Amino acid sequence: MTNQPPALTLEGVRFTWPGGKFGLAIDAFNIAAGEAVFLRGPSGSGKSTLLSLVAGITTPQQGRIALQGEDLTGLRASRRDRVRAEQTGVIFQMFNLVPYLTPLENILLPLRFAPNRRQRCGVLQAAALDLTRGLSLPDDLVLSASAGTLSAGQQQRVAVARAMIGTPPLIVADEPTSALDNEARADFMALLFQQVRASGAALLMVSHYPTLSDGFDRVVDLADVAQGMKAAA
Amino acid sequence: MTLVRLALKSLLSRRFTVGLTVFAIALSVALFLGVEKLRTGARASFADTISKTDLIMGARSGSVQLLLYSVFRIGNATNNVSWQSYEELTSRPEVDWAVPISLGDSHKQFRVMGTTAAYFDRYKYRNGRSLAFEQGVAFDDLFDAVIGADVAQTLGYAVGHPIIVAHGLASFTEHDELPFRISGVLEKTGTPADSTVFVGLDAIEAIHVDWQGGGRKSGPATTEDVIRAMDLKPKAITAAMIGVKSRLQAFGLQRAINEYPDEPLQAILPGIALQELWEIVGVAETALTGVSAMVVATALLGMAVMILSGLNERRREMAILRSVGAGPLTIAGLMLTEAVTMAAAGAALGIGLLYVGLLGLRPWLDAAYGLYLPLSGLTQKDVIMLGLVLAAAALVSLVPAIRAYRLSVADGMMVKV
Repeated sequence: MTNQPPALTLEGVRFTWPGGKFGLAIDAFNIAAGEAVFLRGPSGSGKSTLLSLVAGITTPQQGRIALQGEDLTGLRASRRDRVRAEQTGVIFQMFNLVPYLTPLENILLPLRFAPNRRQRCGVLQAAALDLTRGLSLPDDLVLSASAGTLSAGQQQRVAVARAMIGTPPLIVADEPTSALDNEARADFMALLFQQVRASGAALLMVSHYPTLSDGFDRVVDLADVAQGMKAAA
Repeated sequence: MTLVRLALKSLLSRRFTVGLTVFAIALSVALFLGVEKLRTGARASFADTISKTDLIMGARSGSVQLLLYSVFRIGNATNNVSWQSYEELTSRPEVDWAVPISLGDSHKQFRVMGTTAAYFDRYKYRNGRSLAFEQGVAFDDLFDAVIGADVAQTLGYAVGHPIIVAHGLASFTEHDELPFRISGVLEKTGTPADSTVFVGLDAIEAIHVDWQGGGRKSGPATTEDVIRAMDLKPKAITAAMIGVKSRLQAFGLQRAINEYPDEPLQAILPGIALQELWEIVGVAETALTGVSAMVVATALLGMAVMILSGLNERRREMAILRSVGAGPLTIAGLMLTEAVTMAAAGAALGIGLLYVGLLGLRPWLDAAYGLYLPLSGLTQKDVIMLGLVLAAAALVSLVPAIRAYRLSVADGMMVKV
């Protein structure tokens, strides 16, 4: 694993949202290939900003961000979209699914933008069902239900499958359990870990629930790596 | 999953609002195409008001005026054509047939036209269709009259019914001494023949026996028997329809009539005069097209508003698409695809509505307005217009597409909704 480039590299990153209301400064933050990192921070501390930067949806004014050694900064926006599609799988807090698609269609959605991931899948439906079976989702639910009818827990598990399809090297999860009750939360975390470990992907999970940090390789306080900048201008 | 499939699924998930929007576009497209069909139909019907007549001869005035009073029975002749000139000119060798017509009297609100029975054979409309009798026959007796379908319907007349012809066009004075009898009722044609009362040329003379210079002679009215015994050869007619043996001779005969030395006369080619007249009447058709184009534009704007107002609720969906790798251009493209798909569905449904409407309304339009609409396919112009609808849909949907682009750039993967 050591010869693999890190899943995520941030160096000397300075970013301010348009309007200058809020910004973030990160001197150095890395996630090694296959490493699971728990990033802890209260709401409003810049977690979402960091995730936007990592996904290449926003670009820093200064510094370097790389996914698996591939530099995001300096790329054209369309290229950054492609790198995001290939390199990351994202799980949101809630409402992860496009409501008018079936769970299967939701899971296969990233492959349209990530041909390399698509190629790794082989038979698409089989690859998707492999993942959902691992996440204890019944096949008929995945194949035919409308995404809008699924329970919150089921939706989050479909979101995991979508993030993991075609094995991207980095899974980013933003408070993925906040919509779940305690019991479901434990189940979800167990399944998430199981899948992530099995695929060898790195995991960056952001949460303000410290209790979820069990099992992570590293727990980082956002305050330790990033300095929020408020109303500089 | 392609963008088009994604757009289709998204539209299907909102089938109620999308359906209404598509229906609005369909109605507007059907209206536009329908107006186009009516326009060409009206133009064709108009041009078909008289056919197979090579020349119309009348006193010298304007060609449109001559056409108006001789064919459409609108307005009056400024002058008559003397019977002598008529006989002389129509005895020329190139003349195949000639039917004189004499106007100036009325029955209720309908014009009375004096002519010969040959009129019913010679007058043709809509590519050579002949007048046909719904009831009865052409006039035979001096006091027989044939009426058009509208006359029969409006006044409730049938064969055998007596009618009284008034001198002049306003029915102040009626020639009540000489009642006519209806001998035939014509079938509906959609031409001015529908609202005409036809009598023999000699009958026109007969009803004016007691009239002189616009006033009534004093003394007792001439009795029917005396009139029947009189020589009722007309002194003048209003106009005449002429057919030539070879169409090439029409121009020569026209010149001969126009240059006739004894009387200022004029001959027109009906087709050309009809075209001149249409150029005057046809201004309305441009206005009609303009209005229906505005209706299409309104429907498309409605669609843009519908997409635009749905954007806020779809910010989550856009963020998800962004997170899986879609660029803002893809999001904008999705909006554009949705718009064009709706417009295409609307256009297709509109074509369907047009033909269903056309099939249903055609017989009625023909019967009630004499507007004959051929059940033809879409013209090249229609197809171009449909293409323009799609292009316009893409154009107006740029507004929501650009807004979606901006939102997805600003929101990124974070959704505040």
